Amino acid sequence: MTTTTREPTGADTAAVRRAISASPRPPRPGPLSAALTFGWRGMLKVKHVPEQLLDVTVTPVMFLLMFTYLFGGAIAGSTSAYLDYTLPGLLVMSVLFTTVYSGISLNTDLTKGVVDRFRSLPIWRPAPLVGALLGDSVRYVVAGTVIVVVGVALGFRPEGGVLGAVAALALVVVFSFGLSWVFSVLGLLMRSPNAVMNAGFMAIFPLTFLSNVFVDPATLPGPLQAFVDVNPISVLATASRSLMAGSPDGTAIVVSLAVAAGLAAVFVPVTTRLYRSR
Amino acid sequence: MTMQTTLAIEASGLGKSFGETRAVAGVDLAVPAGTVYGVLGPNGAGKTTTIRMLATLIPPDQGSARVLGHDIVSDADAVRGLVSLTGQLASVDEELTGRENLVLIGRLLGYSRAAARARADELLEAFDIAEAAGRLVKHFSGGMRRRLDIAASIVVTPQLVFLDEPTTGLDPRSRNQVWEIVRALVAEGTTILLCTQYLEEADQLADGIAIIDRGRVIAEGTPGDLKASVGTGSLHVRLRDPGQRGAAAELLERMVGQVALAPEPSALSATGADAGQAAVAVAELTRAGIPLAHFTLTQPSLDEVFLSLTGHPTEETAAADDTLREQLS
Ligand SMILES: Nc1ncnc2c1ncn2[C@@H]1O[C@H](COP(=O)(O)OP(=O)(O)O)[C@@H](O)[C@H]1O
Ligand SMILES: [Mg+2]
Repeated sequence: MTTTTREPTGADTAAVRRAISASPRPPRPGPLSAALTFGWRGMLKVKHVPEQLLDVTVTPVMFLLMFTYLFGGAIAGSTSAYLDYTLPGLLVMSVLFTTVYSGISLNTDLTKGVVDRFRSLPIWRPAPLVGALLGDSVRYVVAGTVIVVVGVALGFRPEGGVLGAVAALALVVVFSFGLSWVFSVLGLLMRSPNAVMNAGFMAIFPLTFLSNVFVDPATLPGPLQAFVDVNPISVLATASRSLMAGSPDGTAIVVSLAVAAGLAAVFVPVTTRLYRSR
Repeated sequence: MTMQTTLAIEASGLGKSFGETRAVAGVDLAVPAGTVYGVLGPNGAGKTTTIRMLATLIPPDQGSARVLGHDIVSDADAVRGLVSLTGQLASVDEELTGRENLVLIGRLLGYSRAAARARADELLEAFDIAEAAGRLVKHFSGGMRRRLDIAASIVVTPQLVFLDEPTTGLDPRSRNQVWEIVRALVAEGTTILLCTQYLEEADQLADGIAIIDRGRVIAEGTPGDLKASVGTGSLHVRLRDPGQRGAAAELLERMVGQVALAPEPSALSATGADAGQAAVAVAELTRAGIPLAHFTLTQPSLDEVFLSLTGHPTEETAAADDTLREQLS
């Protein structure tokens, strides 16, 4: 058989052979470099499907409008007074909701074959996870920024100014880093992205409502109030509120950071273990 | 170098359970370097699990294996540095473009940004996906996706590539393209472990084959050995004169074995022929005044090999039979 009678094969065999032999192995990348490459991958996804940011911004904005205009007057006497109270809390809610998506996208990855390739590469083992969270932080910042900007458009004027708002956002994003490992574990345990979403929101919705994000706990019955007071989401909302108000509540900030560190300390090892064995 | 060939993969007693399911139940493999080794078996036989253990994705719970001289458990990192995996599910990122996929892998392997881009372009060109390079992979055809997948496996030249069902679901043309790529890889000295459900694929590409069923190797050898172990092929003849088919059938039935009449009025075949018997039968037909237009002796298909080894047909054949039965009832 001569090559001229051969059906064209799409891939030119000679070129394939050249391409195969052409490539010596460069030195391995360090852990940080590998993680940053995965962060870049996360951002490419946002670039290709910007709509996925809608998911995480529309719901909190809806809550913002609904609570402010529907219940704001009843809860705080006036809509503008309520906006001042609830916006720092809605920032928390908005960013925490986004952390659920970290678990969802990890689970989506696992249902595809691409994770098998990552795991067969000679790279720092947790790099895909750490990198994904770095990429997700972009989403956290976007989600948080949107809610603050909408709030400002509606008349929210924090005493702490831009600096206070940025500090609050930074605190919430750092907290989300810790929390997102919890959803990574869910993402590794659950069977489908939908199951992760359901479980994730089933946990985070009640926790958000049973916090001081929407109402002042002083108005609540005793046992409920006790729960709301120890709910870490309340503590974070209090810290966020204090930063935006320009009078940082040191205890709330430290407790928030400690909770985040605690969550990470427990769930990072669990995540990497599960990721390795799945 | 001694007489002994270098083994790229040596597995002994490799096993893995998932809960109650014994996915792999003690597999021994010896894959010579520089060859294509086919692991052939029906759906659920344990092929993917075997590959995942050898590629260090999951640890075995029994037995051990060395890949390119490195233990897959204690020296997993060294193994990862030498092998590539093209998994059963496409191991490319559907939400990125073709080029981004290759750049991503290049970066993860340590290339600079510029070098990763250059390498990506070179591969896209060689694998004939340059035109679609800027499209998201989820919009790729099955064939392009597979080619990209294999391209991603050779961003740096691996010593060994695991290919898990690389042509499942592809049309014949795309399948041939993948086969050409596999042949090119071997020609460059890469060892390939190829899992497949397609008997023809193993026959076409593999130098050695292990047939696995229910987590165990049930037969091993070259495609030729395996066919020979079943013993017999078929003699197909076409007569000059269709009117003599009855006489020819009688003679072949007597001399060779069971005769089947082909749809074509002048053709018939006899199964159970070895080369010697067939030669005598052909001579006998001519001597009896039954001139032949054409004859061929075919080896048994690997389908037949599988049936004779396992006592049950491959999944595809069984499924086809079921459909037939449903249609008949
Ligand atoms: N992660 C898993 N969890 C549970 N069962 C599994 C898992 N992977 C494979 N199995 C089971 O192990 C058996 C072998 O599967 P697999 O290795 O995928 O076979 P093949 O690739 O030959 O089709 C099947 O019964 C399959 O259902
Ligand atoms: Mg499989």
